[in-house]
Amino acid sequence: MPDSLAAQYPKIYLYRRVVQAKLFIDEHHAQSLNLGNIANEAYFSKFHFIRLFKATYGKTPHQYLMAVRINRAQVLLKQGMPVTEVCYAIGFDSISSFSALFKRITKLSPSAWQQKELQRDAEMKSKPRNFIPNCFAEMNGW
Amino acid sequence: MITKLNHVSIFVLDQDSAYDFYVNKLGFKVHTDASMGPGMRWLTVTPPEQPELEISLMAIAEGMMFKAEAAEQMRNLVSKGTFGFGVFECNDLLATYEELKAKGVEFTKEPTREFYGFEALFKDDSGNWFSLGEKAK
Repeated sequence: MPDSLAAQYPKIYLYRRVVQAKLFIDEHHAQSLNLGNIANEAYFSKFHFIRLFKATYGKTPHQYLMAVRINRAQVLLKQGMPVTEVCYAIGFDSISSFSALFKRITKLSPSAWQQKELQRDAEMKSKPRNFIPNCFAEMNGW
Repeated sequence: MITKLNHVSIFVLDQDSAYDFYVNKLGFKVHTDASMGPGMRWLTVTPPEQPELEISLMAIAEGMMFKAEAAEQMRNLVSKGTFGFGVFECNDLLATYEELKAKGVEFTKEPTREFYGFEALFKDDSGNWFSLGEKAK
């Protein structure tokens, strides 16, 4: 099939490389990633790669990797995984740097955040009606 | 005076599949996932940068909201792509298009420069369609 986008947007190949790098970070965020290697894989100089990545996603690759890790940490914490295990599971080597970054982003320590979310989850199970606008609950006969 | 929209509903054919589409493909966050009993689930997601707007993924099921015939008609209409539920925004349309395509999202219109802006159209896993526009730079 002819690539009509490539004909319209000659620089689409640059986007594709940046997107591939982003998807690579998404998939391998828990590993020790060398962003210079990702730039090489994407056939860019490191500087060029960082500039294009930031122009596309509003964050440097490193900032983006940290955001992905914290998002993943939130998912694991919600599942009840202990903070220490979460820290290593998302690719951090040190609890203190993980906790500091987590707190900077969410305003709460990982354990306080986890406690709040687990409480909310428990309430969602015991009193689900509290989480549903009444009109919808009534319309569904709940 | 009305100040905000905080809930909006999208009717879906299957909530598990919709969860996968909106969370794993589009990257939305789960806001509330509450079970009201077998087959009764209140599931809402939020766009990553709009945590205050809950999108309720409503199952089309026979019940108080839909009689059996109405549910069947609604399922037909949704799966045929009758309903367009809104316009999503992204910072970079070409990059978002490439990413969603790579994740298997079906587009019915490639990114196109229109007089009103740069847009593409895609469908969710049920058949609901959305416009995807690029934020003005």
